[in-house]
Amino acid sequence: MAIGSVPLRYKITIDPDRCMECGRCIENCPYGTFRKEGDRIVAVSRNCTACHRCIAMCPRDAITLVEHPVDYRSHPLWTPEAREAIYNQARTGGIILAGMGNAMPLPSIFDRLLLDACQVTNPSIDPLREPMELRTYLGKKPSKLAFRRTEAGDVELETKIAPNLMIETPIMIGHMSYGAISLNAQLALARAAHTAGTFMGTGEGGMHPDLYPYQKRLIVQVASGRFGVDIDYLNRGAAIEIKIGQGAKPGIGGHLPGEKVGPDVSRTRMIPEGSDAISPAPHHDIYSIEDLAQLVRSLKEATEWQKPVFVKIAAVHNAAAVAAGIARSGADAVVVDGFRGGTGAAPKVFRDHVGIPIEAAISAVDQKLRSQGIRNEVSVIASGGIRDAADVTKAIALGADAVYIGTAALVAMGCRVCGTCYRGLCPWGIATQRPDLVARLDPVREGEHVANLIHAWTMEVSELMGAAGINAIESLRGNRDRLRGYMLDEGMLQVLDVKTVGA
Amino acid sequence: MCGIISVVDRSGAVMDGARIRDALSMMDERGSGEGAGYAAYGVYPEFADCYAIHVFFDNIVETKAPVDALLETWGTIVHDEEIPTYEQAHLRKIHTPWRYFFRPDPTLMTGTPSPEDDIVTYLVMKVNTTMRGALIYSSGKNIGVFKAAGWPEDVADFYRIQDYKGYIWLAHNRYPTNTRGWWGGAHPFNLLDWSVVHNGEITSYGTNRRYIESYGYKCTMFTDTEVVAYLVDLLARKHGLDEELVVRALAPPFWDEIDRMPEKERELNRAIRLAYGSAMMNGPFAIVVANHDGIAGFTDRIKLRPLVAAEEGDRMYISSEEAAIRRIAPELDRVWMPRAGEPVIGRVR
Repeated sequence: MAIGSVPLRYKITIDPDRCMECGRCIENCPYGTFRKEGDRIVAVSRNCTACHRCIAMCPRDAITLVEHPVDYRSHPLWTPEAREAIYNQARTGGIILAGMGNAMPLPSIFDRLLLDACQVTNPSIDPLREPMELRTYLGKKPSKLAFRRTEAGDVELETKIAPNLMIETPIMIGHMSYGAISLNAQLALARAAHTAGTFMGTGEGGMHPDLYPYQKRLIVQVASGRFGVDIDYLNRGAAIEIKIGQGAKPGIGGHLPGEKVGPDVSRTRMIPEGSDAISPAPHHDIYSIEDLAQLVRSLKEATEWQKPVFVKIAAVHNAAAVAAGIARSGADAVVVDGFRGGTGAAPKVFRDHVGIPIEAAISAVDQKLRSQGIRNEVSVIASGGIRDAADVTKAIALGADAVYIGTAALVAMGCRVCGTCYRGLCPWGIATQRPDLVARLDPVREGEHVANLIHAWTMEVSELMGAAGINAIESLRGNRDRLRGYMLDEGMLQVLDVKTVGA
Repeated sequence: MCGIISVVDRSGAVMDGARIRDALSMMDERGSGEGAGYAAYGVYPEFADCYAIHVFFDNIVETKAPVDALLETWGTIVHDEEIPTYEQAHLRKIHTPWRYFFRPDPTLMTGTPSPEDDIVTYLVMKVNTTMRGALIYSSGKNIGVFKAAGWPEDVADFYRIQDYKGYIWLAHNRYPTNTRGWWGGAHPFNLLDWSVVHNGEITSYGTNRRYIESYGYKCTMFTDTEVVAYLVDLLARKHGLDEELVVRALAPPFWDEIDRMPEKERELNRAIRLAYGSAMMNGPFAIVVANHDGIAGFTDRIKLRPLVAAEEGDRMYISSEEAAIRRIAPELDRVWMPRAGEPVIGRVR
């Protein structure tokens, strides 16, 4: 059988009247899309990933990129993607890798949830003139408080409150490891977390010494590979997160190819240079909730009960029951990562077909924890496909305490969601370890961009709260009354516990 | 909108409902004729040891027998009767109000420090969620709620409110804006000893409802005020917070203020917000909560609804309008406007 080549996906055109042959497109494209032929530049469209670096860097706006028209016979089932995947696998015999989040054209539930606003009888609140409280504490809370009145009539609090993380915004930056992203990208995110007064996850790649100045704003991660984990690492973090699963690839582990494990990554991860960094699918010491509880307690014991311990799971249909188990394991927060969560690399079949939407998962988790009377005792963090302040607000109204953003933070640093992270050639210096590409990302400038984004969304969340007549985020959390479902089916409305529009 | 007025006689002396009726009628422009009601403490001295359970029956033929049977299962009906009502030209009688004087059998509820209260709470939730055509809207000892869909004076005359004598009165004139006007939705809302009147809308209702329902309470009256009665029951009765701490949980200081407090006070207020954040109420509200010990009035944290307090001798008043108070007591010793979130508490000595 002759499979041949698949058609190109994008078409690059250079306008000869505008091009001045400066060669920046050649310098900027790590995929080799451009080359000089004589006195003109030609484009090899087949190499293009639509990362937009050339377009952004062209001083004359000479470059045009279009999705190449499909020249397959149209078919509702055998889409070009389905056929191309078969051609590629028939040729290579391997698993297809993919980067970023789920690329299936599935409807977004967030987009079918509408927020409410007040009119007349219930005055909306203007955040410019009235206090608006987005302060969020993440960690364990007591379900009730015990007080004692002294003889003098003073109130003495008898309940001891467990350590909590305090943030003035419900928006945090999710875990992206050194290895998956560059050190400059991590530095930019760490600076942003510092500026915005929020927290950032280190991912499972350990903590590079350059991040130490920002450690008060870092949540360190313990994944199945245990890369970079020692007592020093644990003590540096403001909190510890045990990663069980990830939204983009529920049920599987991680794999950083050996060619990305250079001297720096090797030191930070505490593994030999050039060795594959494989995070197994399960933690080899966790095969039950009891085992998880042991690890939670061990980490707390190791850090003298001074740090909250989070547990992150992928959103799957049983997430609610698992979250209830996590809450009872002694963990301080459960992170639920939806099926639109991003990744550096995942088998395409997992990324696109495993897991459930974060909206339904958060709602179910919140409901389950409430039905067991333990919602108040554990914080819930939603992540996976949070695109704007409306998504943040809706996630909180569905029951989250806070959200993690990942892809959105990368986009703020220049990422164009080309989905080619797994090749390690990110032209924006984000998902790469190649020094010349990493150097393209300025941690100071991009840190400002990410901090700006968090600041802007935080303001928008407070405006949305004010419109709903709410001046403290506690009153938005789990407030399904402030949401209405639009064009959602009855079953989904029930899962979300949301009324339909007009009701 | 909505108008509220409440009065407590701190010496425990009783007042009849005549002037409360007039005071509430003063605020007719705050209502829409779709709901008014009165709660009085001390109205059933002859049955003071029994829970006075008020029920709206859609009809007494089909729905009363199962309620009787349920109450008899859990205790003894000492006495029951139709609540006397008097036809009013502008009030359509939709339900038959009935009252039971009920003594629960505490041996039937184990593992709780307050079995009698818990039995009655259970009965309220059970009837209101499962028995169509019956709604328990008042369930405390020696107290009664009298409410209907209508103007304050019509509802008062319907029940002849001037015939009842109590040492605490709560009254409410309703202008429903988020749910329809119906008898069950009229204020006061009551559970056991707690009664609540409210002017405003609780924008945190969705959060509060989910919070309170995780403790077994069930909201059945389609209105945001109901949740206040249950929150107070949870925080005050079950969690043992005193009035000031309950108000602190429901309308806490802003973080900015908490941050400026001395350390001990700061830790206390921080703990309250952390533990009871979901009980915190948002939106515009002025609320008066009563139990047999007294009344407590408070507003939302930025005072989007009016509240005025006054004293005259042993009596303390809390209302939406000073004019309403002066209808009862033209000469007042003291009149003041409480600050946002600051409780005004009148205790019976």
